[in-house]
Amino acid sequence: MSRHTAWIATPLLLAALVLIWDLYVRVFEVSPFILPSPLEVWDATVLLLSQPRTYGHIWVTLFETVAGFIIAVVVGIGFGALLGKIPWLERTLNPLIVGLQVMPKVALIPLFIVWFGFGMTSKVVLAAVIAFFPIMTNTILGIKSVERGHRDVMQSLNASAWATFRDVELPNALPFILTGMEVGIVLATIGAIVGEYLGGSQGLGYMAVATLNAFDVKAMFGVIMLLTALGLILYFLVVMLRRYVTPWHESVAGQH
Amino acid sequence: MAEDTPQPVEKPAKIRLTDIAQRYKTRDIDVLALTDVNLEIAQGEFLVLLGPSGCGKTTLLRIIAGLLRSTGGSVEVSGQQLWNGRERNDAVMQELGVVFQDANLFPWMTIEDNIALPLKLRGVPKAERRRRAGELCELVGIKGFEKRWPRELSGGMRQRAAIARALSCKPQILLMDEPFGALDAMTRDQMNLELQRIWIESGCTVILVTHSIREAVFLADRVLLLSPRPGRMDTLTSIDIERPRSIYVQSTPEFQKHELELRQRLDSFA
Repeated sequence: MSRHTAWIATPLLLAALVLIWDLYVRVFEVSPFILPSPLEVWDATVLLLSQPRTYGHIWVTLFETVAGFIIAVVVGIGFGALLGKIPWLERTLNPLIVGLQVMPKVALIPLFIVWFGFGMTSKVVLAAVIAFFPIMTNTILGIKSVERGHRDVMQSLNASAWATFRDVELPNALPFILTGMEVGIVLATIGAIVGEYLGGSQGLGYMAVATLNAFDVKAMFGVIMLLTALGLILYFLVVMLRRYVTPWHESVAGQH
Repeated sequence: MAEDTPQPVEKPAKIRLTDIAQRYKTRDIDVLALTDVNLEIAQGEFLVLLGPSGCGKTTLLRIIAGLLRSTGGSVEVSGQQLWNGRERNDAVMQELGVVFQDANLFPWMTIEDNIALPLKLRGVPKAERRRRAGELCELVGIKGFEKRWPRELSGGMRQRAAIARALSCKPQILLMDEPFGALDAMTRDQMNLELQRIWIESGCTVILVTHSIREAVFLADRVLLLSPRPGRMDTLTSIDIERPRSIYVQSTPEFQKHELELRQRLDSFA
């Protein structure tokens, strides 16, 4: 029942929001330099999609985001597993990790540009650094939250540390890791775009700044639409991953 | 199996507990949880540990299972020490199968993979594991559920799967910690009957912890009653009721005499 209502209610809500936006622009005669009407934004988006160079920019942002995210996943799970398994190492490194986590990563962009140049590398690094922390901390949490009873079973079977990791700790951590990845993919997208805003000559983030500098507000809104679509697609790909990786989990069980 | 040599008339001791004691150190006081446990358990015997909560029966079982190293005394299985210094004796651990109060199945493994996990840890190839898991499902009465996730089974069926897992490596000793404590009364009677059948078919030695007097008398060859604070051996009662026992044996005078005696003894602790 509630699932079916969502299929109707969500599009209706979206349509209502677009309608209010349109009415607001018409009634108060808002300047198109401040807020273009929905139809103008739609036209601008279609126009952008008809230009071949747009696809070049999309590709750059997509590549930076996905490359950064993959690095974050591999390194995040690796470090998380290590710290989750070795308590003294975690205790030793914890102050350092908290410090790095609190540090605003965006402030590092000038540094990354000095180190890695204006090209894609500096954005990939930024995306990876931002997405890394939630994935690592969730991996640690997942490994440490193995139930006492499950540990008893492995101990009564005289299982080795490696077998316990492979058959119990890692699968136990998977739902946690996937939650970290859902946060991570959003952060990786933000990292890539902010990197492009602040330095560089390609990607959708650069495009947003370039259209703004040209006072082409409609095109800027079009770029924002493309960015939103890109972010949504990447996010839902990660969400779908959950079904394939943890078909046994309660979070998947309820939604056949 | 290895028992080709003729058995002596007197059953040999499978498990020998000598002066077992367990102390817990809390912040400022030493708590003695268990003391002076001396017991021999025969090959193929069904021993039930009975007692009020806090009498250390679960602690004693965890000590025998090698999950806890007792602060005093020693555990000997088939003539070998369970602990070599700080290391568990692998050969002894291989003889043990443990069933806990919760089924403790791994939710990310199918029933079949859960049951065959002990075999996987010993490097048995996949096809062989599948075959053995199928056999065990049949033995414990959950045939046809091999490919299901644990969450799709009822509590009683999950506990059956846990018993199958404990049996998968053909242990000589089955240790059970209130295995049916979380089940309703009817399922419990059913499981007691099934356990008796499995025990007779497998011929292994069983030590079972319970706080139910009826369950104790129904299943046991001998009931060891433990008294609390500190946990120590109180009485050891032999239950000489013919096997296999039906559920109706519970209304015989002999059964009720044992039940009454144990209940009176238990009440005297309070």
